[in-house]
Amino acid sequence: MPTDSLFQPLAQAGAHTAKTVTVTFNGEPLQVPAGSSVAAALLAAGVKRFRNSPVSGVARAPYCMMGVCFECLLEIDGEPNRQSCLVALEAGMSIRTQDGMRDLLAESHDPATALTQTMEAPHGV
Amino acid sequence: MNNINSNTSDVIVIGGGLVGSAVSYGLARQGARVTLLDEGDQAFRASRGNFGLVWVQGKGYGMTSYARWTRLSAGLWPQLAQALLDDTGVDVHLQQPGGFCFTFSDEEMEERRHRMQSIQDELGGDYPFEMLDRQDVIARVPALGPAVTGASYTPMDGHTNPLKLLRALHAANLKRGVNYISGQSAKNVSTQARAGASLFTVEGRWQAPRVVLAAGLGNRALAEALGLHAPVVPNRGQVLVGERTARFLDYPTLNVRQTDEGTIQLGDSMEEVGFNDNVTTDVLASIAQRGVRTFPVLAGLRLVRAWGALRVMSPDGFPIYQESPKYPGAFVTTCHSGVTLAAAHALRVAPWINGASRPNEIGAFQGDRFLNPNYRPAHAH
Repeated sequence: MPTDSLFQPLAQAGAHTAKTVTVTFNGEPLQVPAGSSVAAALLAAGVKRFRNSPVSGVARAPYCMMGVCFECLLEIDGEPNRQSCLVALEAGMSIRTQDGMRDLLAESHDPATALTQTMEAPHGV
Repeated sequence: MNNINSNTSDVIVIGGGLVGSAVSYGLARQGARVTLLDEGDQAFRASRGNFGLVWVQGKGYGMTSYARWTRLSAGLWPQLAQALLDDTGVDVHLQQPGGFCFTFSDEEMEERRHRMQSIQDELGGDYPFEMLDRQDVIARVPALGPAVTGASYTPMDGHTNPLKLLRALHAANLKRGVNYISGQSAKNVSTQARAGASLFTVEGRWQAPRVVLAAGLGNRALAEALGLHAPVVPNRGQVLVGERTARFLDYPTLNVRQTDEGTIQLGDSMEEVGFNDNVTTDVLASIAQRGVRTFPVLAGLRLVRAWGALRVMSPDGFPIYQESPKYPGAFVTTCHSGVTLAAAHALRVAPWINGASRPNEIGAFQGDRFLNPNYRPAHAH
């Protein structure tokens, strides 16, 4: 499935002169335009593969950019399956492609995420 | 004229949801010429809102026929799934590993044991189940939360992908030559006697000597006009759908299941709010709380969507199957478990409509039972 960006920055928005910030993308530093969503910033920086479909395994990239299609899922700052078109970009974010499914059982055995669950437990129990 | 001929068939099925399309498929497999009338997208479609369980456990408490009928359908389900795969190439992902109903206190455990034992006794023992304590359950369901005290388990339960089921039934109907008409609501069925039999005309256009009402909540009004009684009302259920995750649950349960594609579904709820299929925050919150209480690993689950849909509920919660005494050839078929009963509808109800004798298990489900002032059903969902 082609994952070329469906979206182009407007020329008058001054894409070439706009302020940029640095994030890490799959562990490597990446300069991206500031002031947009994570999805828009990565598209502008030329990222073509955001995730693999957990059902078919094929590459996927943002489609709707308005929170509906769930094609733009990324792992952001350690949290899997985030809709990157709905997350405001911040300098220094650690961003990874979403490869495969989130694993709830593995996370529950990980001390870092186990803490989150303890904190959230009062809402559920 | 051609126009008249193409509008004439052996059977008209009114309703293209899971009940109507299963009956239609069964009829087409028997060689009947079928016209299937389906309403437009404004219809209340229970078939597109359900949870996907092929569920036997606990059903038919106080109504043994329903336990038998449900069990029969679950037993026929592999045959239906295989037939649909052969006809259409669509795998509806039937899995029948058995299912769990969890308990959260000793009292709930005892109530559950009593219910399951009663049904087993009524069926003469032919109803396998186990009552499991917490450690037994954890061995099979490792994600179990600390609040769960135990569970009932039966090997009879399973689940399927209900959207793929509806798609497969529609594709199979087309392949078998069913004349499928979409966007056609049916409010008007006229009858005329013809050499001892009836001839039914729907919306002044489609004609057949047999007609099947499988119109869900629309059956109520249609039935009256044909000397049948189907006093069904809407009962709203709400469902939460989470992100796809790696497999965390190998079994269907009454309120949480993981689909073949990894999606996590949480239910269920029952509300009598008329023809209103919206969702409400309070009900969704309680569905989420129950799910997290059962499986704490769901606490951080991302939700993808939520929906409400209307069950087709009879006064006692059991199905309605009847041929009209006044207009033989007119049948009503309606239930709230269109997934579980799909196999029985395709492989048992359809042959009955096509002229075979009525399946023994459904004699108790005539709609006329609600006209008897002494009928006191134990309402058992």
